Amino acid sequence: MTRASKRKSDNHTSPSVKSARVDSVRSASSRAATKVQERVDELYTKYANKSSSIIDPDGIEALCSDLQVDHTDVRILMLAWKMKAQKQGYFTQDEWRRGLKALKVDTINKLKKTLPELEREVLKVENFEDFYQFAFGYCLTEEKQKCLDIESTCILIDLVLGLKYQPQVDSFIKFLQSQRDYKVVNMDQWTNFLRFCQEISFPDLENYDTCEAWPLILDNFVEWMKQKPNV
Amino acid sequence: MTMNQMKTIELDEGWNFMQTGIIKLKRILEGNQEAQFSSEEYMMLYTTIYNMCTQKAPHDFSQQLYDKYKQSFDDYISSMVVPSLREKHDEFMLRELVKRWTNHKVMVRWLSRFFHYLDRYFIARRSLPPLKEVGLVCFRDLVYQEFKVNARDAVITQARHFLFWCAYFSCIDVVPRFILIVLRQIDQEREGQLIDRALLKNVVDIFVEIGMEQMDFYQNDFEDAVLNDTAAYYSRKASNWIVEDSCPEYMLKVEECLKKEKERVSHYLHSSSETKLLEKVQNELLVVNTNQLLEKEHSGCRVLLRDEKVEDLSRMYRLFHKIPKGLEHVANMFKQHVTSEGKILVQQAEDAATNKAEKAGGAHEQTFVRKVIELHDKYFEYVTDCFSNNTLFHKALKEAFEVFCNKTVAGSSSAELLASFCDDVLKKGGSEKLSEEAIEETLDKVVKLLVYISDKDLFAEFYRKKLSRRLLFDKSANDDHERVILTKLKQQCGGQFTSKMEGMVTDLTLAKDQNSHFQEYLSQNQAANPGMEFTVTVLTTGFWPSYKSSDLSLPAEMVKCVQVFKDFYQTRTKHRKLTWIYSLGTCHINGKFEQKTIELILGTYQAAVLLLFNSSDKLSYSDIKTQLNLADEDLVRLLQSLACAKYKILIKEPNTKSVSTNDSFTFNSKFTDKMRRIRVPLPPVDERKKVVEDVDKDRRYAIDAAIVRIMKSRKVLGHQQLVMECVEQLSKMFKPDFKAIKKRMEDLITRDYLERDKENPNVFRYLA
Repeated sequence: MTRASKRKSDNHTSPSVKSARVDSVRSASSRAATKVQERVDELYTKYANKSSSIIDPDGIEALCSDLQVDHTDVRILMLAWKMKAQKQGYFTQDEWRRGLKALKVDTINKLKKTLPELEREVLKVENFEDFYQFAFGYCLTEEKQKCLDIESTCILIDLVLGLKYQPQVDSFIKFLQSQRDYKVVNMDQWTNFLRFCQEISFPDLENYDTCEAWPLILDNFVEWMKQKPNV
Repeated sequence: MTMNQMKTIELDEGWNFMQTGIIKLKRILEGNQEAQFSSEEYMMLYTTIYNMCTQKAPHDFSQQLYDKYKQSFDDYISSMVVPSLREKHDEFMLRELVKRWTNHKVMVRWLSRFFHYLDRYFIARRSLPPLKEVGLVCFRDLVYQEFKVNARDAVITQARHFLFWCAYFSCIDVVPRFILIVLRQIDQEREGQLIDRALLKNVVDIFVEIGMEQMDFYQNDFEDAVLNDTAAYYSRKASNWIVEDSCPEYMLKVEECLKKEKERVSHYLHSSSETKLLEKVQNELLVVNTNQLLEKEHSGCRVLLRDEKVEDLSRMYRLFHKIPKGLEHVANMFKQHVTSEGKILVQQAEDAATNKAEKAGGAHEQTFVRKVIELHDKYFEYVTDCFSNNTLFHKALKEAFEVFCNKTVAGSSSAELLASFCDDVLKKGGSEKLSEEAIEETLDKVVKLLVYISDKDLFAEFYRKKLSRRLLFDKSANDDHERVILTKLKQQCGGQFTSKMEGMVTDLTLAKDQNSHFQEYLSQNQAANPGMEFTVTVLTTGFWPSYKSSDLSLPAEMVKCVQVFKDFYQTRTKHRKLTWIYSLGTCHINGKFEQKTIELILGTYQAAVLLLFNSSDKLSYSDIKTQLNLADEDLVRLLQSLACAKYKILIKEPNTKSVSTNDSFTFNSKFTDKMRRIRVPLPPVDERKKVVEDVDKDRRYAIDAAIVRIMKSRKVLGHQQLVMECVEQLSKMFKPDFKAIKKRMEDLITRDYLERDKENPNVFRYLA
């Protein structure tokens, strides 16, 4: 703060002065950066829990309401992805800073305005798979948890893939709810469902081959699809 | 006489002299009266040539003499030989040909002797063919050329009785007439007529000799024609026979034809033709008509199998063995036949089972296995006898058995049926009374059948369960037999298959030993003695099937027995834990009925129930349940056996057919039986479900282990290959289905043993 005021602008070009000018440039940008950082941190503090200094579910809910976005909206998940958040329902300061820096925002309004762009970014081919896998991992709340229960899986898959692959997702959810063999879904099965949507023609399922390494759950899904009368 | 100073001989002069010799030779050959050459005459001729060749140039007449030598033959053949042949026909032509050839050989021999000097230096110097060859070639060229005739013309002129030649000859363009005559002769012989074989042999020899060490003449000119003719002949015959004759009749004809053709070769063809000739015959008679022949509706392969015509089948094998891929069709039909026979047996057993709906494990199951064994014996004999132990047929038999041996019969898998069958043979009071030898033979055959069953581990588990019952309830008829079959199983399926079973058998031997020590202990420790006869069989847990042990409240009398043994066992070993399985125990109880005391032989549980009635006259179901601490499903069975079965030792109120939780029971003092000692059986629980469950569980572990083993050594492997190797590794014990393997893989992925490759989702990596 006071550093800047100490500097005097000089017209001399002597080295010391030159460095002073460079310094002043640097300090100007660092001044700006610091300002941004301040605002980011301020924002963080606004939502963080007073005692734990971490944004907890309540904080997130508040954030969502400020963003005018439902807290079950997929955009919050995307935000978490951008932050590389570790724990569902919580944002640490590092994660917060990381996310907002990557988005180049420091106020709520800017954050709100940048959400559509974030969406577009996530939907890009090079990012989507990463986001998709992140979503699954994010939902594994317990330490050492490897699998997600069926109910949560259904909700998540609809959230993440619902728009892009509506028919597949709808059918798959129906299947998951009706079958008894699987009570949980693991990362491998989750990942392969995306591949399924991308590679297999739907709903005829012509090019699906059970002899390939598709997870058994998908083999069962295909079998179920082929057995039920046409919707 | 001195040669040196002879004056120069001029060509004409010399040649004229030679001519006299040649003319003389011709006259001899023509059969004109003429004396043989004297040695002087010969010498003169030879010397003339010699001189004319050794004279100094320009009087060295070698070339000219060489040419004239050849010319002599040409002249003679054109003027004498060819005309004489031309005017003859058929057989006569052949005779003439033979005669002329013989003559020609003589002529060549003599002339080449006269002109021999040319052979010594001249031909080598000029790289010319030797005299003999020149002579022979003349004959060939002129005679052949002369008689090369358009076959069609030949036919037209010689049509007469040989109309059946017409069709075939369209494929042969130009053939010397005498070959046509030979072919006709051959066909006549095929039709059964007698021909002059020696003559034909002589003609054939001409072709061989004319080739002069090479066989190309024989092969290209003569043999080819014979082969084509043969093919056409048999093609026609085949078209008739295939329609008119039955399969066995046709085959007999084929055999006959092959035999005759072979003879033909030995009589007048060159031996090198045999293979090719027989191949042609086989081709026309068998290859072309294979399907039609084998599938003849009323006499084809299927029918022969059905009607057990072993001789015809043997013939079929012999014939089709020689043609490439000939046996595949036959083997396939054999396989289909055996499979359908097997399926009939399965159906029969199913029908028998539904007729005797209530009887479980009845005689129809034993009959089924017995019949399958018989079927196997029968068709195995076919393979060894009719089909000469050929691998194709072994394979067909195996595949056929694998199909129907793995079908379920009346709810039981074949693995279970086979195990039950063994049980029947090995237990006391089994349905079959067999001699020692027969038993060993039967056991041997059963083990052989096991090869066809894919669920071998299921068989092992059922066998083990039944074995344990035989051993524990002393139902085994003969210890030796038990060991014998285990040895056979071990040989066939490996040590791992039988290790637990062997352990069980050994356990019993050890248990007997231990028991004698126990009895000694008892006699030495009178205070500890429970006052009744008591034996304990100690089993090694790992070997035996798992048994539920329930917390039965033992009758007081038995409690002491158990304690005594525990103490004794402590003196023997401190490191083992004993778990008491009362459900396997047997008790002998004296029932003091009004009429007479009868000894009851029953299970420990049943005894426990009865002993309760020593202190109470009447007990309700719930009383009994509380006092004994048993589960409903066990208690109902027990009470059923005591109150509602053959021997009514307890009286049940109300007197309904089955036990319910509201019933009460009283001791039936009025009970009696003509015997002094009776066994009160407890119907066994259906173990099938548990066995299948246990086996399924073991299989999951086995598949896991196989996958991990494979991935550990390969590190990276494609999905299909992993599945394939997995199936192969496990094939000795069972056939894993792909879904099961995939499920285990999914599980292993969750447990971080495997992961999918990032680039290729069809490839897996081992995670150390």
